[in-house]
Amino acid sequence: MSGFDHDDRHQQGSPSEPQPGARKASEAEAPTSPAVGRDEWVARHGERRARRGGVLGTLEERLAVVPWWVWLTLFVAAACTVPLFSESGYVRRVAFDTVVFMLLALGLNVVVGWGGLLDLGYVAFFGIGAYAYALLASDKYDIHVPTIALIPLVALIGGIAGWLVGLPSRRLTGDYLAIVTLFFFQVFLTATNNGDDVFGRNLTNGPNGILDVDVFSFFGWSLPRVTSTGQFSVRYLYVALAIFGLVYVALRLLNDSRTGRAWRSLREDALAAEVMGMPVNTLKLMAFAFGASVAALTGSVAAALNGSVFPQNFEFPLLITVYTMVILGGAGSQVGVVLGAIIVSVLLEVLREPGDARGLFYLVILLALVGVFRPSLRLAIVLGGTAVLGFVAHLVAGRVDDAWTAGVAEDSGRIAGWVSDWVIVPTQLAGWVPAVSYVTLIALALGLTLVEGWRRVALLIPTLYLAAFVWENVLLDAPESTRYVVLGGLLVAMMIARPQGLLGEKRVEIV
Amino acid sequence: MDETTPLLQLEGINTYYGQIHILQDSNMVIREGELVCLLGGNASGKSTTLKTILGIVRPRTGTVSLNGEDVTRVPTAHRIKRGMAIVPENRRLFGPMTVRENLEMGAYLRPKADLREEFDRVYELFPLLYERRSQLAGTLSGGEQQMVAMGRALMSKPKLLLMDEPSMGLAPVLVERSFEIIKQVNDAGVAMLVVEQNANVSLSIADRGYVLSTGRIVLEGRAEDLLENEDLRKAYLGR
Ligand SMILES: Nc1ncnc2c1ncn2[C@@H]1O[C@H](COP(=O)(O)OP(=O)(O)O)[C@@H](O)[C@H]1O
Ligand SMILES: [Mg+2]
Repeated sequence: MSGFDHDDRHQQGSPSEPQPGARKASEAEAPTSPAVGRDEWVARHGERRARRGGVLGTLEERLAVVPWWVWLTLFVAAACTVPLFSESGYVRRVAFDTVVFMLLALGLNVVVGWGGLLDLGYVAFFGIGAYAYALLASDKYDIHVPTIALIPLVALIGGIAGWLVGLPSRRLTGDYLAIVTLFFFQVFLTATNNGDDVFGRNLTNGPNGILDVDVFSFFGWSLPRVTSTGQFSVRYLYVALAIFGLVYVALRLLNDSRTGRAWRSLREDALAAEVMGMPVNTLKLMAFAFGASVAALTGSVAAALNGSVFPQNFEFPLLITVYTMVILGGAGSQVGVVLGAIIVSVLLEVLREPGDARGLFYLVILLALVGVFRPSLRLAIVLGGTAVLGFVAHLVAGRVDDAWTAGVAEDSGRIAGWVSDWVIVPTQLAGWVPAVSYVTLIALALGLTLVEGWRRVALLIPTLYLAAFVWENVLLDAPESTRYVVLGGLLVAMMIARPQGLLGEKRVEIV
Repeated sequence: MDETTPLLQLEGINTYYGQIHILQDSNMVIREGELVCLLGGNASGKSTTLKTILGIVRPRTGTVSLNGEDVTRVPTAHRIKRGMAIVPENRRLFGPMTVRENLEMGAYLRPKADLREEFDRVYELFPLLYERRSQLAGTLSGGEQQMVAMGRALMSKPKLLLMDEPSMGLAPVLVERSFEIIKQVNDAGVAMLVVEQNANVSLSIADRGYVLSTGRIVLEGRAEDLLENEDLRKAYLGR
C-alpha cells in the first residue's frame, strides 16, 4: 500500500544498506545536488563508516552478523567441555557455582538493568527459592514434589513473592524501594533463623537448616550429587547450564517484547512513558517479580546440589557480590552481566589462594600501567623507578635491622621469591603498621588524581611500592576480607574508566 | 454555536501545586476537528493546563470531560486510551531507543493492532524519519527530534492531540515547517490544542484561541478576531 518497507531484517545495526531506491537516488545525484526528502547522511552512511581494512576488518564484519543465539549455543557448548579439561572436582564445582552466579546476575539485571529499580532484598528471593525447594522436596514434611514440576513451581513462588513485596511500595522510587527491600531481606533472615520456633512449632529448623534435601530427579532418573569416587557430580553442571540457556533465551525474548521496550522507555523518562499510556507501576512490579522469579529458580538449583539449606547461605556479602557482577559487567546488557559473573566468580576463587592471588595482583597492576601509559618512556621510568626504590629500601632496611626483612611471604613460588628480595616484609609487624600503611596508600591513590604530568609519574612510584607493601603484609594475611577489598577496588576502577560497565550501554543524553 | 458534545471540556477548573493556586476558574472547550491554540507568557499556566487535561495533576475543583464523560478522577493511561495524545514540552524522547522504537512506544496501548498504516502515515508526513528509523533518537538534531515527538504522538491514532510549545528551540524555518505539519495533521481530522508563546504564527493557522495570564483565561475567541485584538497585540505580538 505504500513504499515503506516494514521488514526490519536489515534494520538493526546496518543502516549501511538502505533501500535500493535510496541508494540509487543518492548515487545518481549525491555529489552535486542533495536529493530532496532524502537524507544524505543516512543514504551515504556506508561510505562514511570508518572501516578497518584487511583480513581483520572482514572478519570483524562477518562476526558482527552472527546472530546472538549462535553465540549462546557456542558459549554453553564450550562451558560443557570444562570437565574434559580438568579432572578436579574443585574446578568443576567452581564452574557450577559460576553458573549459579550467572543466573543470579541475569535475574538482578532484569530488576536493576531493565527495571531501573534498586532492589536490596534480591538475595532473599534466592533464599525463598532454596527454602521452597527444600521444604517441598525433603523429609522435613515428607513432601517430595517431582523435580520437573517443582522447578517451575519455585519460580512461580518467587515471582509471587516479588510481586507481593513490591506491591506495598507502590510508587517504587529509588530510596523507598531500597529501604523496603532491605527491610524485607532482614525479615527473611530473621524468619529463617527463628523458623524453629514459630509459636512453638518448628517450621524451618532455624539456624540448623534443612538437611537431606532431595537431589534432582527427572522421570525417575535421579542425579546423585557425588560420583562413586566422592567427586562433585558434573551432571549438575550440565543441568545448571541447561537452565541458564533457557533463562537467557526467555529473558532475551522478554526484553525484545513490548514489555521490554516499555521498561527501557520507563527508565529513560517515566513521565513521557506515562503520557504514552504505559502503566508505570505495573511495569515496575513486573520487573521486580521477574527478577525475583529467576532468583528463586536459581535457589532451587543451589539447594538441590548442596542437599541442604541454611539461613547463613543468604547473607549480605552475597548481595554485594551479585551487584558487583551486574555493575561491573554493565547493567542492562545480558552478555555483560554474564561476563561480570564469570570474572567476579573466578576472581573470588583465585583470591582464596595466596600464591595465585599474588600473581594476579602484580599482573593486573602491570597490565593497568601498560594500558594507561602504553609502551613509552614514562612506563619505563615508572617500572624502573619502582623496582629501584624497592631494592634500595629493602637494602637499607636490611642493614638497619635483619628482622625488618626476614619475614616470610605467604606461600612460596617464583614470584614470592622475587618479591622477598624487594618488598620489606618484617617478621613481626608493629600493631599500628597495617592501619597506617593502608590509610596512607588510599591517601596516595587519591593524591594521584589531583596532580598531573611528571608529578603524577613521580608520585606513582612510591604509591606502587606502598601498594606492594600493603598487599604482602596486610592483605595476604587476611584473604577473606581481601577478596572484598579487591572487589571494591575493581568497582572504583571501573567507575572511573567505564561508568557504564564492561558492556553496558552508554547513556545517550538528550540536549 | 455547535450543539454536539465537545471532545474536551474543562469546567471551573482550579489547580494547585501545594498551597499555590495556579489555574483559576478555567473553562475551555474543544470540538471535533478543531485547531485551538492556548497562548500565554512564561509561567502563565499553559503546561499546567495540559497536565490537568491529562491527569498528571488533579484539579482541586472542576471537571474534565472527554466526549461528555467525566474523567476528572480517571488515571492518565485511561484518558490516553480514550483518544488523547501529547507532544510534551522539550519532546522528551526515549534517547537510547531508535526512532522506530520511539514511534512504537507511542502506540503502546494498541498492542494487537497492525501498525503498518500508522507507520506509513507518520513516514509520509516525515520522510526523513523513515531514513533515520534505526538511529538512536537521542542523537537526532532538534528539528528531527520534534518530528519524532509528533510522530510518536500520532501513532496512537488520537482524536485530540495536545502540543506543548512545538516551536521551542527550533530555527525559524523549522518553526514554519512544523506549523505547516500541524495544519496538515489537523486537516486530516485530528483536533488539536496547541500551546504556544509564538502568538502570531499559531493564530494564523488556528480556528480559535484562548489567552492565559497568570492562571486565568483573560481572552478567548476566533483566531481572526484575536489577531486583531489590541490588547493581545500589545502583549504578545509586539506591534
Ligand atoms: N510541579 C510544580 N510544583 C510547583 N509549582 C509548579 C510546578 N510546575 C509548575 N509550577 C509553577 O506553576 C506555574 C505555571 O507553570 P507552567 O504551567 O509550567 O507554565 P507555562 O505556562 O510556562 O507552561 C509556574 O509559576 C511554575 O513555577
Ligand atoms: Mg510550559
